[in-house]
Amino acid sequence: MDALIELLQKDALMPREDIARLLDLSLDEVNTEIARLEKDGVILGYQAIVNREKWGTDLVTAVIEVKVTPERGGGFDQIASRLAKFDEVKTCYLMSGGYDLLVIVEAENLRAIAGFVAEKLSTLGVVQASASHFRLKTYKENGAFHQFDQAPERLQVSP
Amino acid sequence: MSIAIADRVRDIPRSGIRDFFEVVQSMGDVISLGIGEPDFVTPWHIREAAIYALEKGRTGYTSNLGLPRLRQTISDYVSKNFSVRYEPADEILVSVGVSEAIDLALRAILNPGDEVIYHEPCYVSYGPSIALAGGVARPITTRAEDKFILRAADVEPMITSRTKALMLNFPTNPTGATMPPEELEKIAALCVKHDLLVMSDEIYSELTYDGVTHPSLAALPGMKERTVLLHGVSKAFAMTGWRIGFACAPAELIDAMMKIHQYAILCAPVLSQEAAIEALMHGVPAMEKMRSAYELRRNYIVTEFHALGFEGFKPQGAFYVFPKITKTGLTSREFSLRLLQEKRVAVVPGTAFGPSGEGHVRCSYATGLDQIKIALTRIGEFCEELSINRSVAA
Repeated sequence: MDALIELLQKDALMPREDIARLLDLSLDEVNTEIARLEKDGVILGYQAIVNREKWGTDLVTAVIEVKVTPERGGGFDQIASRLAKFDEVKTCYLMSGGYDLLVIVEAENLRAIAGFVAEKLSTLGVVQASASHFRLKTYKENGAFHQFDQAPERLQVSP
Repeated sequence: MSIAIADRVRDIPRSGIRDFFEVVQSMGDVISLGIGEPDFVTPWHIREAAIYALEKGRTGYTSNLGLPRLRQTISDYVSKNFSVRYEPADEILVSVGVSEAIDLALRAILNPGDEVIYHEPCYVSYGPSIALAGGVARPITTRAEDKFILRAADVEPMITSRTKALMLNFPTNPTGATMPPEELEKIAALCVKHDLLVMSDEIYSELTYDGVTHPSLAALPGMKERTVLLHGVSKAFAMTGWRIGFACAPAELIDAMMKIHQYAILCAPVLSQEAAIEALMHGVPAMEKMRSAYELRRNYIVTEFHALGFEGFKPQGAFYVFPKITKTGLTSREFSLRLLQEKRVAVVPGTAFGPSGEGHVRCSYATGLDQIKIALTRIGEFCEELSINRSVAA
């Protein structure tokens, strides 16, 4: 059901009736399929994409590169799931390349993030090194632009 | 001074679309299903390639036939997607849109009085282009009940000793019709039998739905030597304003077309040619995304029209539906004008595409879903008010 997932990824609030018409399915079929995707954990949730500048929030986002020593038996999964359980951690990926885990952290201010890195992250024995980068401005997020170019003009009737 | 316009130009009517466009233009705040171009902007990587070419100073004339790299790219693309191979050196000409290529081909082959057969409803330029080239237009009416397919049996009786060529456009603007391969084979056999040239405008060939693949006429046995394959990047790659089309045909015909092109146009704009290279080489994934968006919208618009009680088949190509509006008791033009005035929704009267378009309107679904939704709600209201008025009058 790639087409259904694509539609929901673009607009999770699209009325189910519209989805049915677009995909040439009945409303029941659409509802059943979405319920199945949710139940199977293919769809994990639905979130709003927020323009933080317009929102006026002071929340700070940091991207932290973490180099760790993988553990016997658990590999990277164990340390990753331990990190991911912190509320501040919004996203956590295992990466190829110069470091192992990419952790995106959100907190009320710089100090709170510094505290997270110093007290929680760095104190984990398996963490060898970390580098924190702070978000300054967002241009595009999850496919949504934060600043819009004006729509180009089109003729209203054309051949 | 009164200027005497040449007879052949004076006698040609203005495009019905142009005519209608001016009415729409005067109104403002209109939701338009009248637009014959993608609502997508050209994919960024293609625009970026043109910017790069501009930065590099690629601003000069190109070869009359078009950049050799572009012709090679076209050859590869056509070979891969249409299963027919053209020589980049002398069998491909890059034109300013398919419209120019049609004009070149007609002017290259027609002597005064030569006849050209084509199917109608059709793109607005066919009849006038034939007339401007000194030919005689011989339209064949295709029917909604038959999904606007061109039947070989309808073509054969039209062939006379003056018939020079047959023009095809599948998928069709304005009907969205596609040709079943077996019918296309019959058309091909007919062309071989009567030694006809075919101009096949396949500009919508990428935009087919329900898993239908576009069969190219040129790939059928005996056809390459008598076919002008016309294609371009406008529709599939959302590049209408770049004006890049191309013709693939036997070398002697390309050479004749080139003679006209070199004096009238010289060459297609170089930046657009650079962008077309990027589109054909790397644009297929982005194009496929747009195609699947059209397919979903087509499902939506067809379901809605059926729900409103309009007859019309489910087209499998281009980005138009061509519903029958006769149940409203209005002509195409009345329907379109009143819908525009009363509900601020623009559709194109079917008669803009030839007299056989009467009783239909063309609605483009190359428009955002939100716009399509509002337009259809308003069309529903319009029909309801019409039927109330009619029952009151009765």
